[in-house]
Parts: sequence; structure tokens; C-alpha cells
Amino acid sequence: MQLYLPIAEVSVNIFLILGLGGLVGVLSGMFGVGGGFLITPLLFLAGIPPAVAVATSTNQIVASSFSALLGHLRRRTVDMTMGAVLLAGGLVGSGLGMAVFNWLRARGQVDLLVELSYVIFLGTVGAMMLVESLNALLKSRRPGARPKRRKHYWVHALPLKMKFRVSGLYISAIPPLLVGLSVGVLAAIMGVGGGFVMVPAMIYLLGMPTKVVIGTSLFQIIFVTAFTTMLHAVTNQTVDIALALLLIAGGVIGAQLGTRIGARMKAEQLRILLALLVLAVCGQLALGLVLRPAELYEIQSVAPS
Amino acid sequence: MIRLALLLVAITLPGHMARAEEIVLGLSRDQVAITATFDGSDILIFGAVHREAPPPVNADPLEVIVTVAGPPETAIVRHKERRAGIWINADAVRIEGAPSFYAVATTAPLGEVLSITEDLRLAVSISRAIRAAGNRAFETANHVAALVRIRKAQDVYRLQEGGVDLDRETLFRTSLALPADLVAGNYTTRIFLTRGGKVIDSYETVIGVRKVGVERWLYDFSREQAALYGLLSLALAIAAGWAASAAFTGWRR
Repeated sequence: MQLYLPIAEVSVNIFLILGLGGLVGVLSGMFGVGGGFLITPLLFLAGIPPAVAVATSTNQIVASSFSALLGHLRRRTVDMTMGAVLLAGGLVGSGLGMAVFNWLRARGQVDLLVELSYVIFLGTVGAMMLVESLNALLKSRRPGARPKRRKHYWVHALPLKMKFRVSGLYISAIPPLLVGLSVGVLAAIMGVGGGFVMVPAMIYLLGMPTKVVIGTSLFQIIFVTAFTTMLHAVTNQTVDIALALLLIAGGVIGAQLGTRIGARMKAEQLRILLALLVLAVCGQLALGLVLRPAELYEIQSVAPS
Repeated sequence: MIRLALLLVAITLPGHMARAEEIVLGLSRDQVAITATFDGSDILIFGAVHREAPPPVNADPLEVIVTVAGPPETAIVRHKERRAGIWINADAVRIEGAPSFYAVATTAPLGEVLSITEDLRLAVSISRAIRAAGNRAFETANHVAALVRIRKAQDVYRLQEGGVDLDRETLFRTSLALPADLVAGNYTTRIFLTRGGKVIDSYETVIGVRKVGVERWLYDFSREQAALYGLLSLALAIAAGWAASAAFTGWRR
């Protein structure tokens, strides 16, 4: 069944788009990532123009993240206080990131920057998570293993201490603000919600429990992507509401399934899977940069001047 | 001097006579409506050659060329090069007036039915219809060639030699299959009659491609009230997220 999309101006297969939305929804619910780093390249493959794909996927991420967040709220695995602090940093960060993005675009090569930052960040984050979670999994299987003692870093000596009751933390507000800020910068440059950087940062830098991390990440992703959707709708007019609805219909169902799968799995297993996924996307992008492309020329259509 | 004048008359005379052959055109439809279920459209372009006098004897055979051009667009063509081990965009050329769709159909190979000077004047062939910006034709040649190659592969630039049927030098027709991912706008349709590579008559009309119904309403809404459209998209996203969550909770109980 075909549907002509009013803004993208292409005709697509309804079931293909529903399936893509569903797949990304499952991942979103399981790992607390928005899935922007996955859905956007998939939409390119389906023949959607890049500008529309980027703008519309942010709208879809709002829906799937909200659906997943409700599931986490019911199980009380969302740290609202932490989310609010991260978000405060995040909004400042995306403002900064947008300025950096425009500055680089004026000098060309912004595509290369986006791809390189994807490869570098996905690669580092994925590898770190994989090593750590494999270690954790091995330790938990060894009989008589000692429970890990809470470590004290320099992070815990900073002023402005706050209680994050759901996470069971009493730390300074400065590290979460900085994490939010840097994720905001990345999100604006790379055009994603930033969940795949946010989740590991919360686990390893802030020491939050994995189960709380996912809900809290979703909480902050919703606001960042809603902000981005509005920006795209107003400045570029590239949000395709028909495409978004199809993706959302698949995505919200997928997100519900994902939350349930996630709740049944061990934290270490979840982290290994997310690490493998992140590494796979990173590998794909890296190959694209290194291998000789089949077509050396690329066309971008713009409105006549 | 008189001989020269006579010679000039003799040269121009067939041209005058040839103008006695005129195109009378018909289209199976001159409006294409893009609805939600639009998946391409076929248009029949047909016509006849109207003559006041019988066709010239011993003249070159009559040929017909039909071109259909989508709304003009500007294309930026980028070329990748390997630098420090990775493939990056090395140089870009801005090509003005590259239509999103361009089809040429003829009764015989284009090189035989149209002379190079006529092609230069009327921009009929695909490569002539695309004008590279500025005068740097030499530098941009590779980029223009790449644009044509990629769009030919996507079947949005077409050359159908022999795609026009011509009966007894009078009736002609060709069928045009418009693709499913069609850009809305005016599709300029031109028909040329040629003899011996020279154009003896031409005709131009427009096929209007318009979005209708919901498609049109959404498109206009997103352009005219962008902020409201953005908020509506967000509201739908939140509502759908909530509905799915509520439905699954109910289903589990």
C-alpha cells in the first residue's frame, strides 16, 4: 500500500515505514535511547529526502520516548530532579551547539564533521560500554564475588550538593549540568536526541543505577527533541506530519514492547546489547568514510535562486 | 548581386513553405492531481500536423520531438575525493535550472532529427536543457555529466528515441509515465516538428501538477502557519505516545 507524503513529496510503502518506526520504538523502550542515530539513516535508505528525514524523526522520537517514559513512570524509575538538572544544561548546550553548527556550515564540510563525530563518539562510547558490561557480567557469575563498593571520585567533593532520591545519590549539581551541556552541544551538531551519549555518561560519570538511567534519559530526550522539532517546523518547514504519524504508530507500539523486554533483562545484558548496536552503527559509518563510494558525485536539490 | 538575392530567396523559400505545417495538439489530461494514494500517472500526448497545402515533395522526412520539463530547481553537485584516507566532499558546483524531471521523446535518434545549432538555440537535449551556472563550462562539465548520469539512472531524466509514433506524416502520439515521487508545479511541454534537422514549427503548453485534498491542506498549513503546524505535530506525538501506553496497560490487565 503506497502513500504520497505531502512534505517529502515522495510515495512510500506504508508497511515499510510502520516497520521502521516499530523497530526503533523497541530499541527506544529497551535502552532509553531516542533512536535518532538509527532512524535517520534508515529513512534515507527508504528514499526520504535527508532534510525531511532529520526533522521528522525528531518528531517521532518525541512520541516513542513519551510512550516509553509513561511505562517507566509507573515503575518509578524516573529521577525527575536529575532530569531537570540535565535538561537545564542540555538547553544551554543545544543553543551553543546550534551556533557551532552554523559557524561550521558557513565554512563547508559540515557533513564530514557530523560523520566523524558520529564515528568517534559511537566508537568510544560503544567500546567502553562493551568492555565494562562484559567485565560486570563475568564478575556476577563468579561464585563468592564481592559486591562492588561505592567509589569516591573528585566529583563528590564539588559544592552545590543536591539529593537525587530516586537515584540514591547525594552529589553536586555541577557534574549533571556539565553532562547535560555537552550532550546538548553534541545533539545540536549531530541532529540526535543524545540518548546514546547520555545513558553511558549517567552510568559511568554520575554513578546512577542503570534502571533509573533509562527513564531519566527519556525524560530529557522528550524536551530536547520537542525543541528541535519546533525549530525545524518553523525555520525549514521540513516536518512531514504524515510520515511522522506512520513512524509514530509503529514506534509507540514498539516502545511498549521494548520497555517490557527491558524490564525482564539484566542490566549488564542490556548494556552489552546497546554497546553492540552502537558499535555496529559506528562500523557502518566508518566503512562509508573509508571505502571508495560507488558514486563519487552527489546531488542536493535546492529551491531555485 | 541579383543572383545573390535570388539565391537568398531560394534558400529561405522552403522555410516559408514549411511553416505551412502546423501542430494541433491534444493531451489526455492537462492537470495531474496528487492525492494521498498517488502512485504515478500516464499522460497521452497526441496531435496532428495541419497543412494548408500538400506536403513538400522531395523534402526531408517529417520528424516530431516532444519534451516535458518539471519545475526548475537548483542542484548542488558535490564530488568526493580521498584525503588522508577518508572520502570527503572536495568540490561542489551549483547548477541553476536543472529541472526535477525531464523527458525527451522523438521519432528517430535525436542527432538525426535535430541539428546541433537548433539544439543550442532551443535547449532540447538533456545536456542542453541543463544550464551550468556562470561561464565555467569546462570546469563544470564533469559535474553536469554526473548529474545527468545519476538522474538518468533514477529514471527522472529520459531520452526515448523512437518513443513518438508518427502516422503518414500527419498523426503523432507518445505516452508519458510520470513517476510516483513527483514534485508539484508546472510541467512545460514542448513539441517540435523538424525536417532535415531544422525546426519548422513548435508548440508549447503546460501540464499542471497539483496537490489536492489533505495533501494540499497539510502542505499549505506547514508553510503558512509553521509554528502552529509544529505544535500540532508535537501534540499528535504526545497523544499517540499516551494512547499506546494506555492501550498496553489495559491489555495487560
